[in-house]
Amino acid sequence: MALTLNMTVNGKARKVTVESNALLSDVLRVNLGLTGTHVGCDTSQCGACTVHVDGVSVKSCTMLAAQADGATITTIEGLAAPDGTLHPMQAAFKEHHGLQCGFCTPGMVMSAVDLARCEPNASEEQIREWLEGNICRCTGYHNIVKAVKTGLTDMQSGGKVAAE
Amino acid sequence: MYQFEYQTPKSAADVVAALKADEDAKVVAGGMTLIPTLKQRLAMPTTLIDLRSVPELKGVREEGGTIVVGAMTTHAEVWADPTVKSKFPALSYLAGKIGDAQVRNRGTIGGSIANADPAADYPAAVLALNATIVTDSREIAADDMFTGLFETALNEGEIITEVRFPIAKRAGYAKFRHPASRYAIVGVMVAETDSGVRVGVTGAGPNAFRVPEMEQALASNFSPDAVANIKVPADDLNSDIHASAEYRAHLVTVMAKRAVEAAMG
Repeated sequence: MALTLNMTVNGKARKVTVESNALLSDVLRVNLGLTGTHVGCDTSQCGACTVHVDGVSVKSCTMLAAQADGATITTIEGLAAPDGTLHPMQAAFKEHHGLQCGFCTPGMVMSAVDLARCEPNASEEQIREWLEGNICRCTGYHNIVKAVKTGLTDMQSGGKVAAE
Repeated sequence: MYQFEYQTPKSAADVVAALKADEDAKVVAGGMTLIPTLKQRLAMPTTLIDLRSVPELKGVREEGGTIVVGAMTTHAEVWADPTVKSKFPALSYLAGKIGDAQVRNRGTIGGSIANADPAADYPAAVLALNATIVTDSREIAADDMFTGLFETALNEGEIITEVRFPIAKRAGYAKFRHPASRYAIVGVMVAETDSGVRVGVTGAGPNAFRVPEMEQALASNFSPDAVANIKVPADDLNSDIHASAEYRAHLVTVMAKRAVEAAMG
C-alpha cells in the first residue's frame, strides 16, 4: 500500500510517497538522502538511527515512516546553523573528541540534545544512564560523556563555537 | 516486513469497528514490540490500525484519588508527569526505568499491558496498585488481567483505553534488570493500598503474579525483614540463559526487600 506522507524535516516541508511498511530510517536515508542518520543494528538496540520526532528522540529504525506523517523531524543534518556553525552539542563532541570511528555519533548527539530537554543539568551518572540506548562499538564512552556534559552546559549559555 | 494496509482511525469506536471488519488486522500503539516482530516476519497482519490519532487515549489526569493514564501515554510521559511524580513517585520511577530513553518516548502503557511480556515492568504495578484496566467495552480488575505468557483477559478486537491507578499510601519498585535490554529479570512492586498491602512480581514467571504470603507478612510488619525469609517456589518460574528458575525465586525475595525499602523512603 503506497502512502503519501507530509513531514517537516529539518525545517523544510517534504512530501514522500512510500510503502506502508517503509521504516522512517530508510525513508530519511533513501528517499530524502539524509544519510547522516545511520542504521547500525536495525533491531532497536544501538541508537545510531536516533532522530527527533516532534521534539523527542526516537529510534527511526523502529518506527514506520507512516507513523511520522504530519510530524516535525530533526536529523543530525538539521542541528548546525545554516552557515555551518555547529550546534553546541556537536561542538562539544568535537572539542572532547567524543568519537572514534564516528558511526554512532549522529545518534549520540541526537540523544544528548534530547537529554538537554529532560535533564539540562544532568550529572555524569544521569548522562551515562540516558545514553543506555546508544551503543559505541569503539567503547569511547568517556569522551562521549565529557562531551555531553560540556554540551549541556554550553546549550544553556547559548552555545559557543568549537575551539579550532 | 510483509505488506500491510495502514489506517489511522480518529476514535476508539472507529478502531473497534476496523478490527471487527478485518480479523487479521492488528493494532499498533508505540510499536516497540510489534515493529521488531514485523521486521522479523513473525507476524503478518493484513492491516495495521495505528492508535496515534485517537485523542481520548492520551494523557494523564487525576480523578478523586485515582491517577488515570490513557492507553497511548508513553513511558516518558508517565515518568515526567508532575502529578504522577508528586502523588505516585513509584509509578514515575518504574516508567523511567523501562528500556532506554528512545524506547520510553515511543512505548506506551496500553501497549505494554496488552502485550503482557513476562518481563515487562507495568504488569507488576498493575497488580501491586490494584489498577483497573478500562477497555472499549468494560473494566478488567488487575487480578483478572494477566492470564499467561503474552496472554491477557482481553478479547479479540478489544482495546485498552485507559488504566486507573488508585493512589497508594506508599509504594516502591525494585528491579533486577537485564543489563542490555533493561527488561526485568525480576521486578517487584510493593504497595500499601486501600485494599491492603499488595506485592506484584514481574519477570519471574510466565505472567505477573502476586505473593500473598509476603502481603500478609507486610500487613502486620511493613519492613524489609518481614519478607526476608519468604521464598516463592521455583517450580513454575522462567528459566533461560539469563537466570535459572532458582535464581529468579531468590531474586523475588531480594527485590521485594528492596521494594519495601523504597516504599519506606
